Amino acid sequence: MAAMPLLPEILLACAGLIFLMIGVFMGDRSAKPLAYAVAATLVAVFLIGLMMPAGPAFGGLFISDKLATFAKALIVVGAAATAVMAAARATPGDGSGAVRFEQPVLMLFAALGMMLMVSANDLISLYMGLELQSLSLYVLAAIRRDSLRATEAGLKYFVLGALSSGMLLYGCSLIYGYTGYTGFDMIAEQVLAAPDTNIGLIVGLVFLIAGLAFKVSAAPFHMWTPDVYEGADTPITAFFAAAPKAAALALFARVMADPLLGAAESWSQVVAMLAGISVVVGAFGALAQRNIKRLLAYSSIGHVGFALIGLAAASEIGVRGLLIYTAIYLFMNLAAFACVLAMRRDGDAVENIDDLAGASRTHPAMALALAAILFSMAGIPPLAGFFGKLYVLQAAVEAHLYILAVVGVLASVVSCFYYIRLIKVMYFDEASDPLDGPMPRDLGMVLGVATIVILLFIVLPGPIVSEATAAAQQLFQN
Amino acid sequence: MIIGLGHYLGVAAILFTLGIFGIFLNRRNVIVILMSIELMLLAVNINLVAFSSFNGDLAGQAFAMFILTVAAAEAAIGLAILVVYFRNRGSIAVEDVSMMKG
Repeated sequence: MAAMPLLPEILLACAGLIFLMIGVFMGDRSAKPLAYAVAATLVAVFLIGLMMPAGPAFGGLFISDKLATFAKALIVVGAAATAVMAAARATPGDGSGAVRFEQPVLMLFAALGMMLMVSANDLISLYMGLELQSLSLYVLAAIRRDSLRATEAGLKYFVLGALSSGMLLYGCSLIYGYTGYTGFDMIAEQVLAAPDTNIGLIVGLVFLIAGLAFKVSAAPFHMWTPDVYEGADTPITAFFAAAPKAAALALFARVMADPLLGAAESWSQVVAMLAGISVVVGAFGALAQRNIKRLLAYSSIGHVGFALIGLAAASEIGVRGLLIYTAIYLFMNLAAFACVLAMRRDGDAVENIDDLAGASRTHPAMALALAAILFSMAGIPPLAGFFGKLYVLQAAVEAHLYILAVVGVLASVVSCFYYIRLIKVMYFDEASDPLDGPMPRDLGMVLGVATIVILLFIVLPGPIVSEATAAAQQLFQN
Repeated sequence: MIIGLGHYLGVAAILFTLGIFGIFLNRRNVIVILMSIELMLLAVNINLVAFSSFNGDLAGQAFAMFILTVAAAEAAIGLAILVVYFRNRGSIAVEDVSMMKG
């Protein structure tokens, strides 16, 4: 049957509609069971997807290949973990108010949009998947509708997100106009046949990259990130930092390396510039931050910059580096946000870096895990973050992007400062008022699993590296 | 004078630029930003339909239909967010959207 590769997404869409009905009839008290149901459905749907035949569907609009499967695994892990963490907030007696039932359902629809966009094989399906994801995220950002900060975050995210969609579309329209096709396979042929001389195509390419750079929050298109991270509710911020970043990076890699590979000389310069600016902005922007969510926002800008260094190499090992880096980034962020979500004092969420003071005595296990994660983010060997940086920098050096590699290493040194400052606050500063303990079980589980993945990456790089290698290989074969 | 592809692309490019400037230079009202976004999407539609007609290929017109649909959903969500923001802030002036800075 022609629609078989699409079956997981169809099932997910039906499940979303059913969950929405359940939520409407049961009200907000169904939020917590719905969150677990969403997490379970995502995992189940991914496993069903593994059993489906790979290949194109719907006349080539949709494709299920190794890159899509890799990205979907990351999306499912990120979305399921954050849905569970968001549900942990909904415990009775929680000072921050109940979780609305729309929240897990919207997370499911956002995840559906991400799964569709990483499987897109046509400009139209790319746009539709991206918009399903973006529209769900706009609402999620503003879901605490009684909070001024959350609604302001939603408004900013909406305006800049819509602007980026407009730029992406303008790019798509020019690429369609100058190649004559919307399907990636035909565009690839046209671009290879008539290389970089076509100015209309290059202009379209630049607009497309600008739109995608907004979505992955690469500098200089990053201005929404710190405000949205700070303003949105913390479980929502955790969601924003995990799955959509992984999906957008995978989409970025597919669009550049599949239909536009023939114009690699043009786009690799633009992507290299984005990557260089992002690592620098990520390193210096975070230095002065006192709010831990803003700090993680700048940290994610820097990490996206590193992932794009791999893409700038425009080679198979570059894309492999990007995929490995994205996977490691996802686990590090899930662990970091599990700790941020556990930061409460007298039942209220606190988010200043100083509030972590003395955590090593009151929460020894959490402090140890967070310290390991922060060392990994800083890129200290032998933790996973170091290997992620190693893979992308190796690809950059092999592609003779020496300046970019040097900028990356220097920015990584600068960023060490603020990661290690957090560890210093946890271990050496005196606490005035300890945080509430102990950590909720769901958060502890997410933190534990993510930390184990990061710690064991050196001995068991296992499926992450082998699947990323296979995905990059398949992408460059055709 | 014969109206060619270049004229359509020129109009679309002007509209698109107006949309971008409307977002960044506008200091008054968030509603104007929503109108500017709409202007950008319509510029893209002109591009797509012009290309579709001159290339003799229907995919561009189908794409334009999808964009129109999504633009309606986008406007609905944008206005909804604007309403909840107005309830909290009591103003929709662009200068007032500045709780968080840095």
